[in-house]
Amino acid sequence: MEEALKTAFPFIAISIGILLVFGGVMMIVAYTVLAERKVLGWIQGRIGPNRVGPWGLLQPFADLFKFIFKEDLVPDKSTKFVYYLAPIVALTAAFMPMIVYPFGPPINVDLAAWLPYGLGEGITQIPLRVADLDVGILYVLAITSVGVYGIALAGWSSNSKYSLMGGLRSSAQMISYELAMGASVIGVVLLAGTLSLGGIIEAQIQAPWWSRWFIVPQFVGFIVFLIAAFAETNRVPFDLPEAETELVAGFHTEYSALKFALFFMAEYVNMFTVSVMCVTLFLGGWYIPGLDWLARQTDLVWLFGAGTVGYALVSHVGFLLKIFAFLFLYIWVRGTLPRFRFDQLMNFGWKFLLPVALGNVILTVILVFILNR
Amino acid sequence: MLDVLFFILAGFAIACAVSCVYHKNPLYSAISLIGVLLSLACIYLTLAAPFIAIVQILVYAGAIMVLVVFVIMLLNLDEDKPLTRLRYLYPIGGVLGAVLLAQTLFVFYAVTKTPHQASEQGNVIGQTMSIGTAMYTEYLLPVEIVGILLLMAIVGAMIMSRRMREPNLELVEGSKEDGE
Repeated sequence: MEEALKTAFPFIAISIGILLVFGGVMMIVAYTVLAERKVLGWIQGRIGPNRVGPWGLLQPFADLFKFIFKEDLVPDKSTKFVYYLAPIVALTAAFMPMIVYPFGPPINVDLAAWLPYGLGEGITQIPLRVADLDVGILYVLAITSVGVYGIALAGWSSNSKYSLMGGLRSSAQMISYELAMGASVIGVVLLAGTLSLGGIIEAQIQAPWWSRWFIVPQFVGFIVFLIAAFAETNRVPFDLPEAETELVAGFHTEYSALKFALFFMAEYVNMFTVSVMCVTLFLGGWYIPGLDWLARQTDLVWLFGAGTVGYALVSHVGFLLKIFAFLFLYIWVRGTLPRFRFDQLMNFGWKFLLPVALGNVILTVILVFILNR
Repeated sequence: MLDVLFFILAGFAIACAVSCVYHKNPLYSAISLIGVLLSLACIYLTLAAPFIAIVQILVYAGAIMVLVVFVIMLLNLDEDKPLTRLRYLYPIGGVLGAVLLAQTLFVFYAVTKTPHQASEQGNVIGQTMSIGTAMYTEYLLPVEIVGILLLMAIVGAMIMSRRMREPNLELVEGSKEDGE
């Protein structure tokens, strides 16, 4: 029994971590949908959802039940297997990057004293993430690039002209903007010297005071990444795959009930992923400059020093606030900007965004080379 | 544990490969090929080579196969009809298959003959840092050659796709088709 428990302990610990992350992200995603409807309401001079619960706070759950109990229509002429596969692919690809999100600094704790059977032996830190992959950034980019299949296959398998157009548009758009996104990340990787997300945050902490957040030396890269992120998540002003005035609802025209909900959820989880990437790469992740310095000045090291629960908590809240700021930006832009035309979108991606990103890479290479000499 | 994982993933890869060849519908074949690539990436992960695994997904599944699926959707290909005029390719395919089988068997033979020894670099091999260092020091020339080859391929593809549309296009500056 004891031996079995010891072998299983790493799996149990990681499973608990994944469940916590999953639950937390799902709650944030659910309330992002509500926040979107509320904020859009305010922008358009309406109130927004306000009937279910106080201030409409239970609206996400009401929506979920509505999706579950709606009739599930499957088009007769659709390619059934691919039709069922597409939403699964979209949502799986959206969920997979979760395991590398760095949610906060590690907490120093002697686990051996807390757990029975010597399970926590040798563990002195609880990291606030599931895994710190050596290739974290590439992992996120790779998985999000697989997500395009969900949309493309949905468009193809529905056997409807609107869906097909939406699917085609989305594949073309995602291929184009992936390049700019990848190129804008290279600058940060050059400065940090690592591909792991934890390592990049560490590099920002170690950086000289004027470049504590990489948004300062990599401002051009940040702007390119932000624009490409809007395109990658199919959000306004790049929501051509589901442009409702031309394509009814684009790639998910033929999807209803829970299958539509899966696409809907995938879009919002992708928004969250891109916000996490933005915050981690350019805004220092969970790092709040001056927090540990402040703790030392005010004799509160036991409460807010690096490695304590207080420090982790404050950093985690800071991380979430940064992400909420980006999610708000998404909603704000949706309420403000009109949609691009398709040729404008392609020209902008290939003839403006990609050259700017490549120029930024070359400039960064030269600067890093000179500064490191 | 890893053995079980290997057999699951390898079995999935083989099943996908068979269905890739077997299906008449090009899109089903493409999806099966994506399955093969993803399960291969997972096998690389179990072999402690995360960089290769991620690059496999990023390049093959994320870029090349998206283009393939895109083209299939754009042309909206129907099921393949049996090609009678390409019959002569069957013996060539058989010969190539036999060569591939012989190669595989030779690899098995060579691996069983090689004595097992641990590399002195041990656990850093397969990590991003060691791959980058090796590529830009020891293997710099091959990397540069491959880069120039790829650049030539891109330029060639652009020229060919233009010539299709306009036969007497001048390959000098100031040609009218330039720009928008």
